[in-house]
Amino acid sequence: MENVQIEPVKRSRRSLPQELNILLVLVAVALVFEILGWLFQGQSFLMNSRRLTIMILQVSVVGIIAVGVTQVIITGGIDLSSGSVVAMTAMITMSVAQSSEFARAMYPALTDLPVIVPLAVGLGIGLLAGMINGALIAWTGIPPFIATLGMMVTARGIAKWYTKGQPISFPTDSFAAIGSGAAPVFIFLAVAVIFHFALRYTRYGKFTYAIGANPQAARVSGINVQRHLVKVYAIAGLLAGLAGIVTASRAATAQAGMGMMYELDAIAAAVIGGTSLSGGRGRIFGTVIGTLILGLMMSGFTFLRVDAFYQEIVKGIIIVAAVVADTFRQKARSKKA
Amino acid sequence: MVSTNTLEAVQRYKQKSLPYILEIEGIRKEFPGVVALDNVQFRLRPGSVHALMGENGAGKSTLMKIIAGIYKPDRGTIRFQGEEVTLTSPLDALERGIAMIHQELALMDWMTVAENIWIRREPTNALGLIDHRKMTAMTQALFDQLSIRIDPTAEVSSLTVAQRQMVEIAKAVSHESDVLIMDEPTSAITETEVEHLFAIIRDLKARGVAIVYITHKMNELFEIADEFSVFRDGKYVGTHASADVTRDDIIRMMVGREITDMFPKEEAEIGDVILSVENLSLPGTFHGITFDLRKGEILGLAGLVGSGRSNVAEALFGVTPATEGTIRIAGRDVSIGSPKDAMREGMALLTEDRKDTGCFLPLTVLENMQIAALQDGHVKMGCVDERGLTVLCKEMQDALRIKTPNLDERIENLSGGNQQKVLIARWLLTKPRILILDEPTRGIDVGAKAEIHRLISRLAQQGVAVIMISSELPEVLGMSDRIMVMHEGHMTGILDRSEANQVKIMELAAR
Repeated sequence: MENVQIEPVKRSRRSLPQELNILLVLVAVALVFEILGWLFQGQSFLMNSRRLTIMILQVSVVGIIAVGVTQVIITGGIDLSSGSVVAMTAMITMSVAQSSEFARAMYPALTDLPVIVPLAVGLGIGLLAGMINGALIAWTGIPPFIATLGMMVTARGIAKWYTKGQPISFPTDSFAAIGSGAAPVFIFLAVAVIFHFALRYTRYGKFTYAIGANPQAARVSGINVQRHLVKVYAIAGLLAGLAGIVTASRAATAQAGMGMMYELDAIAAAVIGGTSLSGGRGRIFGTVIGTLILGLMMSGFTFLRVDAFYQEIVKGIIIVAAVVADTFRQKARSKKA
Repeated sequence: MVSTNTLEAVQRYKQKSLPYILEIEGIRKEFPGVVALDNVQFRLRPGSVHALMGENGAGKSTLMKIIAGIYKPDRGTIRFQGEEVTLTSPLDALERGIAMIHQELALMDWMTVAENIWIRREPTNALGLIDHRKMTAMTQALFDQLSIRIDPTAEVSSLTVAQRQMVEIAKAVSHESDVLIMDEPTSAITETEVEHLFAIIRDLKARGVAIVYITHKMNELFEIADEFSVFRDGKYVGTHASADVTRDDIIRMMVGREITDMFPKEEAEIGDVILSVENLSLPGTFHGITFDLRKGEILGLAGLVGSGRSNVAEALFGVTPATEGTIRIAGRDVSIGSPKDAMREGMALLTEDRKDTGCFLPLTVLENMQIAALQDGHVKMGCVDERGLTVLCKEMQDALRIKTPNLDERIENLSGGNQQKVLIARWLLTKPRILILDEPTRGIDVGAKAEIHRLISRLAQQGVAVIMISSELPEVLGMSDRIMVMHEGHMTGILDRSEANQVKIMELAAR
């Protein structure tokens, strides 16, 4: 072995974990609003637990969706259908969650059902929508963008057709309890924790990253790529269904226009949180931080009484900036390699 | 654009008085981990066909890509038409008069033949819009000149591979280039089409065009080439007129190597037949593959690139299953429809392309190593047994001397040799009975190569049956107990270790 030449090891520069960078961004955004708050409103932005609770509540639903969308993006795909699936599930779930005290219930025979029924129906519909997405992508080979775009339009259509555009209201008390108080926050956090661990410590997670990093290599390593993709999209659908249940429950009503653009907020949260659109990289923890950054900005602008139009403009710019930053990171890395 | 004006004609005439239209001196080109070309020279005469010869990996393609402006050399000079030039891009080379016909055809499928040929140079009418009628007429004129019979308005997607090849050639000719590079132009076309191609080449030659021709087919060399240059391991060996030499001379020039490069094999005990393949076929790719493989045996699989070697490996492993024939493992008929099936039978496949089908570049060394083993076990109560796997991976790292700061390093930051060792470790963790290695040492440095060779020998001693595909003849000869040679999808022979040598293999591989 003496004459065997030693290859030099290319040492990567020690860098902080990506999550820490995002956490710093979160802190920076919070501080900016804090300073602006004292300057223009004469009061603290952060030292207001009510405001913070409302902020997290506002983004919980998007956060639940974002957990699913993050997994889809890690496989190298995209899910545009989640916002519409929220509306579709909200409508159908609410129609089997109505109270008999309401005289014009949609299905008078199906009122006052135990809460498990609307819950199962809602989750089932979300799951089904996700499975259809996944099956189309895995077995017909059409791009995820197209498959989920189709689902986005179709699910929104079903939501409208279901009651010919009428809202559905008057849920049972037990159904309304699902989204009351701070419950959505806990649901969001529970979902985030579950999938954070699933991605890091289970075979499901390992395969998800592998497929996103290199689908051919994943196949040669013995992974059934198609079946796994169906699973990932089904989970994303399931979580969109859960988000639909929470939304309907909290509002105590369901409308076909619910969840509009949520898919884009969810994608934005994932991307801001460091999930790479080229696949193979991303963490649920990052997505949670990304969701909080979005919420902080919405809440902060409202606090500063900035016009809602400006909020959207700034949000758009931030999303693009996050992807540009990611692209530069990738380029820098491939040059080094 | 088609008509040459007088000035250009005068220039062309002047060029002919130069002995060489293209002169390349002292070219060096390095890629991470390998020196592709080392101090290489090449001279091209106008109005001649000059063939580049060499084994796979000898550096022909790299040289050609430097001439076509695709790669920039690290060192050396290129003189074109008597003056030193720096080719900045393929477009730059094309505008100077160097055109290349790519092996992987580079036409746009959903555009017409005429649109493909005149792209960027479309004739326009008075309004500045594209004049399609004129473009069609120009294409027809070009085709008439080359006696090509293809409808200029047909979409490229509707053409056969041979027709596309003709369109590519016509496109290159339409640039009125002085140098035309052809990379394996006959690999996808039939005998009569080859005759047609040669007629075109002779016509171009008569008009003063210089042609750089790459081929693995020896008989073509003698039919069409005036001169040839031989390369070996990235080095220039020599240039000769094709009239002066025999086929055997060329083969000897191509394979000749110093003894120091040899790979000593450690003896292993050969056991029972573990894999028995009979008449394995995948129509259009390979046919009638039949062989036995024993425990502890290393079966080398030689042949030129495109001879179907890798396809056989992929069929055995279920990546692209064969449609006919039987595979028996340890005496039992098995049907292998996916890599997962193959893994269940104790097979492992190290794929040819480390980047495309091997590494998960964004993931860590640990994640890359454990992925295949996860298919079977290593899960406790739903969670991956990270601790146990890390211990196993650490052992692999030590055993294979994988040099990485730690197992959490991203694999993309490792050198090629270490990446390859990680991939080998990935498969060793599945404890295979049959290990298929496709180009296990391609693109890695000498030190890592020697270690991988030693590792393969050691595995054979432990009773693992190994199939090793390699384009490097000394490696195949040094490592294998027997060598199976393939040519254009067929087995052309199985040589025993005692009777095999480079010339015999080349004769079977390039008949």
